[in-house]
Amino acid sequence: MKSMIIRTLFMMGALFALAANPAHAVVEININKGNVTPLPIAITDFLAKDGVGKQISDVVAADLKRSGLFAPIDSKAFIEKITNPNAAPRFQDWRTINAQALVTGQVVKEADGRLRAEFRLWDTFAGQQMIGQQYFTQPENYRRVAHIIADAIYEKITGEKGYFDTRIVFVAESGPKNARKRQLAIMDQDGYNVRSITNSNDIVLTPRFSPNHQEITYMSFEGNQPRVYLLQLETGQREVVGNFPGMTFSPRFSPDGQRVIMSLEEGGNANIFTMDLRSRTTTRLTSTAAIDTSPSYSPDGKRVTFESDRGGSQQIYVMNADGSGQTRISHGDGSYSTPVWSPRGDLIAFTKQAGGKFSIGVMKPDGSGERILTTNFHNEGPTWAPNGRVIMFFRQNAGEAGPHLYSIDLSGYNEQQIPTPAYGSDPAWSPLLD
Amino acid sequence: MSHISSLSAHGMQKLARNPVIIATFMALSLAGCASKKGLPNNAADLGLGANGANGANAKPGSSQDFTVNVGDRIFFDTDSSSIRADAQQTLDRQAQWLAKYPNYKITVEGHADERGTREYNLALGARRANAARDYLVSRGVPASRMRTISYGKERPVATCDDISCWSQNRRAVTVLGGAGM
Repeated sequence: MKSMIIRTLFMMGALFALAANPAHAVVEININKGNVTPLPIAITDFLAKDGVGKQISDVVAADLKRSGLFAPIDSKAFIEKITNPNAAPRFQDWRTINAQALVTGQVVKEADGRLRAEFRLWDTFAGQQMIGQQYFTQPENYRRVAHIIADAIYEKITGEKGYFDTRIVFVAESGPKNARKRQLAIMDQDGYNVRSITNSNDIVLTPRFSPNHQEITYMSFEGNQPRVYLLQLETGQREVVGNFPGMTFSPRFSPDGQRVIMSLEEGGNANIFTMDLRSRTTTRLTSTAAIDTSPSYSPDGKRVTFESDRGGSQQIYVMNADGSGQTRISHGDGSYSTPVWSPRGDLIAFTKQAGGKFSIGVMKPDGSGERILTTNFHNEGPTWAPNGRVIMFFRQNAGEAGPHLYSIDLSGYNEQQIPTPAYGSDPAWSPLLD
Repeated sequence: MSHISSLSAHGMQKLARNPVIIATFMALSLAGCASKKGLPNNAADLGLGANGANGANAKPGSSQDFTVNVGDRIFFDTDSSSIRADAQQTLDRQAQWLAKYPNYKITVEGHADERGTREYNLALGARRANAARDYLVSRGVPASRMRTISYGKERPVATCDDISCWSQNRRAVTVLGGAGM
């Protein structure tokens, strides 16, 4: 089962001779412009002796399309049929159908059973190759290879890291509202390869990845003792985090993976604590007769955002990682909760309740620049893609018996439902897998 | 201006990529309904108030007697953990009943409605359970007989999408025995 995906970059010197003046290269997307016009891109079926070539290129196309930044062109419009993956394409044929970028590739089964997947990204107007890579992997990993290829294309054209080779951990919910069954499950970011990682009748909530994506911290009601747990994904080994006198909940890892930050409830109040996973020492960060919860570190680990109702309603605060300097940053109408610091550090995503509606929004860490991305009957619990460009959350529409997962671009455009087997909530996005 | 101006030959580079291998140690078991076994609170099936039809038949000192004739739950206003006047009457009856039957230990469960965020509601449910517990202590029920637990918004009894249901879900339920006792 243990397998590797090995990547090599092509030596493509011979083909570079075909390249026109690189200054003519036009293929780029500036993500910062907000609602961009998707880039027309032709993604040809990867050549292969069986269906796996098309399977891989289809996943690449689906990833790029779902990003909202690319518009894969219907293959019926293609003029040139790619037959030699190592030869330069007829660029004019692709320019004619306005394909600004072209992806070609092939998948070969090696003697040892591994797949060798190769792709090239071409700038059709500049008439040159932008990138060429090959990967070796076990056949069952074909979707991962496709996500890695999609990330490479996304990064080359946008100048930003991709987010396709990632996973989502979430609460898979099923059954009626008053007898809901909840499991933790992990899936690829596109909803494929779902598998449960818990199996009990206990309520399990708020799973979050460790920075190395090998562990999950979450809350479980096992033994009717609601507490924060740590789960090793490879072994399935579980342990309680800390030995606290009350309910612990709302856990999240520090960016270095050395600590879990969480809330401890005592006597109806909730305060924020950390536990160092090596020394097992616990540290109190807040001390209020209120509800302090949903802590989330800044990516440099120096600050923590959290929510508190110490001022009467749920609002977002920022403090130093040692608990000093607690400052309220949300000041709009309504209440604010579930703050999550962007992996880029520049924004904090949140849930906002106002006028009987629930919104997902972002603001700067000083509270300025509040922007609502989406409003509905019930939106909750944002999580960031590792490149800080996409936010996933869960939504329950009025009249629906359960929630579903959605993603939306930071621009507020390109809202998409993420398929799950039944209901889904509390999504948490992994870092890029490698 | 362009990201692709430099296309000099790439060095041959080998990168090992280790996909996370996640052992599928649990079968995906989303099918089938959750069993209600182990749920300590069946009061929803018995009626919410003190005038249940079976009240007269309940054996004094029984769980049914407590649920039906005393009333096992109180309700809260939105975002509030204040014990309302109607709730005080219910808790007063609970305290009297518990004084009469001192062998019972109890669990006070706190709950929230769905119109809040999950983590906050866990804490809000705890606040409500504590408020009910503290009131019972003030009426002479020893704290040592009680424990509290919050289920946040995870265990609604009423499942519609409007305030008639939400108001029933904002509750603290006194369960004889109950979780973990």
